[in-house]
Amino acid sequence: MEYHLKTPIDEETVRKLRTGDILYITGRMVTLRDEGHARFLEEGGADIDLKGMVLYHCGPIITKDGDGLEVVSAGPTTSMRLEKFEKDFIKKTGISLIVGKGGMGESTAEACREYGCVHGIFPGGCAVAAASKIKSVGGVIWEDLGMPEAMWIFDAEEFGPVTVNIDTVGGNLMKRK
Amino acid sequence: MKVPKEEENMKAGIENGTKIGKDLESVLARLLCLLATHLPKDVAQRIREMAEKENDGAAKKVYDCMLENMSLADSLARPLCQDTGIPNFYVKAGADFPLLGSLEGILKGAAAKAFKDAPLRPNAVDPFTSKNTGNNEGPLAPYIDWQIVEGDEVEITAYLCGGGCSLPGFALVLTPGEGIEKAKELIVDKILEKGVNACPPLVIGVGIGASADIAAKLSKKALLRKIGTENGNPMAKDLEKELFEKLNSLKIGPSGMGGAESVLAVNVEFGVRHPATFAVALATGCWATRRATFRIGKDLKVVSEDFD
Repeated sequence: MEYHLKTPIDEETVRKLRTGDILYITGRMVTLRDEGHARFLEEGGADIDLKGMVLYHCGPIITKDGDGLEVVSAGPTTSMRLEKFEKDFIKKTGISLIVGKGGMGESTAEACREYGCVHGIFPGGCAVAAASKIKSVGGVIWEDLGMPEAMWIFDAEEFGPVTVNIDTVGGNLMKRK
Repeated sequence: MKVPKEEENMKAGIENGTKIGKDLESVLARLLCLLATHLPKDVAQRIREMAEKENDGAAKKVYDCMLENMSLADSLARPLCQDTGIPNFYVKAGADFPLLGSLEGILKGAAAKAFKDAPLRPNAVDPFTSKNTGNNEGPLAPYIDWQIVEGDEVEITAYLCGGGCSLPGFALVLTPGEGIEKAKELIVDKILEKGVNACPPLVIGVGIGASADIAAKLSKKALLRKIGTENGNPMAKDLEKELFEKLNSLKIGPSGMGGAESVLAVNVEFGVRHPATFAVALATGCWATRRATFRIGKDLKVVSEDFD
């Protein structure tokens, strides 16, 4: 099935999604990698409501374009590196969708089932295609972590194709392959 | 962006060393920008062939995205992948090359200029403090490997060495009793475990030698060899073929979506082993392996055959 979803994505919609479905996302996505996850969970302090939003495993290239910020190149990073954080992150934020590359582990899958979240895959290395679907940068949190690790807030339009990897009923595309 | 034309390359006279150095730096910086935004001809051609041959629906969708990405990166002159890596230079420098003593500074200058112009992502992180240096500079960044050869020319293979694609890499020393069979098993297991995270289909470099460091270096040299080339040694060539078939049979496919092929190429490079050792190393490159070779003549003209 193919879905065109808008954030915030409600739990009922998330629980309908199945492994192998193709998603196109319009709305708010935030980026976080290793350092950002650690700070979010250990120190907190990011004043942002992520319920129903999309977490994008990505360390983009961003340039300053006059007063604004421009997304130059923004493909996915390896999701498995964030495995040790993701269960707590899903629980704490109520995020609906995680997008990255490659698979994730059982701890994330368990949180997806329990709290209503899915993990999806955007084609790795397709960073200009991804950037072309990000219409604006809504801001940045923790820029001191450096460009790849900061939390960038993206407003996306028809961001995809995102293939559902882990769903809420035990489906796991990468584990099956 | 096109490869600089001959007449644009060098305008200054050879007696003005500083000016020449700066000009060469600018030309090399432009080539690095080109490398961030365009795949070399051999890699691009192999990707197009794989996309053409693929019949699996999910895999085809990923190839479509890859081809769209190549076209957008080209038309917008933007880095193909946000992970523009840490620039690596493998230099074969002729002992009589006129700027031999300045070449390290020129390469560092070119990397710094490309960082601003491309732009490249800041990827140099202090291993102890985890602070990003913010400018892609730091100990061994950019990384330069030197080989001094006879002659007055320089050949530089530049590689934007990404993080995700480097994750499956390893080097270790086996006993001769474990030898090549154990090495094959370890390589296949590692690709099965971590290959999907390295942005497949992958370029595979395998190095074999007497100690871990030698094998590691050879695996990187193997990775940088052109697609479609073979090792001249019949047994090394057989190993390339065997691993190519084995790794494709894993059905990882583009982005792990399955499909016909999982690797662009398997390249093997080797040196002798010690009677007591069998060292093996693996280096992996993503589908967007950004590697190109430039030659600089005595007249300081820069030529590369890796781009159209």
